[in-house]
Amino acid sequence: MNPKRKKKLILLSSMVAAVAVAVGLVLFALSENINLFYTPTQIAQGEAPVGQRIRAGGMVVEGSIERARDSLDVQFAVTDYKHEVIVKYSGILPDLFREGQGIVAMGSMNDQGDFEASEVLAKHDENYMPPEVEAALKASAETAAIE
Amino acid sequence: MWKTFVAWFHRMGSPKWFYDITGRWIPWFAVASALLLIAGTVWALAFAPEDYQQGNSFRIIYIHVPAAILAQSIFFLMAMAGAVGLIWKMKVADMVAKSCAPIGASMTFIALFTGAVWGKPTWGAWWVWDARLTAMLILLFLYFGVIALQSAFDSKQSGARASAILSLVGVVNIPIIKYSVEWWNTLHQPATFTLTEKPAMPAEMWVPLLVMVIGFYCFFGTILMMRTRNEILEREKRTHWVQGLLSKK
Repeated sequence: MNPKRKKKLILLSSMVAAVAVAVGLVLFALSENINLFYTPTQIAQGEAPVGQRIRAGGMVVEGSIERARDSLDVQFAVTDYKHEVIVKYSGILPDLFREGQGIVAMGSMNDQGDFEASEVLAKHDENYMPPEVEAALKASAETAAIE
Repeated sequence: MWKTFVAWFHRMGSPKWFYDITGRWIPWFAVASALLLIAGTVWALAFAPEDYQQGNSFRIIYIHVPAAILAQSIFFLMAMAGAVGLIWKMKVADMVAKSCAPIGASMTFIALFTGAVWGKPTWGAWWVWDARLTAMLILLFLYFGVIALQSAFDSKQSGARASAILSLVGVVNIPIIKYSVEWWNTLHQPATFTLTEKPAMPAEMWVPLLVMVIGFYCFFGTILMMRTRNEILEREKRTHWVQGLLSKK
């Protein structure tokens, strides 16, 4: 490689490195704002502002869903397996919403420490599987539980 | 090994040689991509099982993931070609970079569009300002910027230089897209495919996906070579060998 090209190569690589560092620092400084949602632990520790519109995310706790008989009001708890937050919502839930499912809710914390949601989104993971496999997994988990 | 690579690299820098060799490669790539894409699509739509939660809407993954992978790979290739063009002043590299941009922008658009269509039934929203989605949107704008810069200058060389610098700067966005789902809380699920780990889904689901990904790569290779050859003919039209090609026909 001739010296001129080498100089250019070094110049270009250092330019890319400098941009990478700058962007990295910006993202690091903004990291709290880039997170899409607050976890129940962050809410329990008071990191989430009260009264402001925020998002809360977590797993829907098994057996915590309570639906009103005469309206679309629904209430459930979300957890990150350390803390739980009660979410209150009125409206149609996405198809994937169920117990044990990850969700992200948009809304705000009220004075009682409950989360009043105006929008609920379902989150899914990358563990796609056919229905038969899921049924087999459930069956084996049940037999394991019986034993 | 290194020496043969260097020799090959320098030969690739000759537009005539590039034109001749890709002319021989294109049929192979075209046939491979047609076979893989047809086989992959039929397999994915008719034979792969549906997902236990999402049912059939899961099948959009077979377009969404390959397009998203290609969008990022193409950007990386474009930046590398741009760097080669800047450092070695290789005209063919500039032409390759120029040909990459519209293909990559289309792939990014397909990934965003299929993602929105998939997001509505599963998440409950077309669009969410989550880190992965936003970074992907920035990638689309970077592609637009590169395309605009290429034609913003009177001289092709200045256009190539400016767009190469923008694509090199934009390369920083690629690891951000890739790791966004790990660094931050996002609505988007983690990666379907990683190089180091086995996919989390069973083989009957991921094998057709892999076929589609390879098919997309072959398709990209075909289109890239065709576009670059056009670009070469356009820029070299006054040279002897292009005139020779024309008079032969």
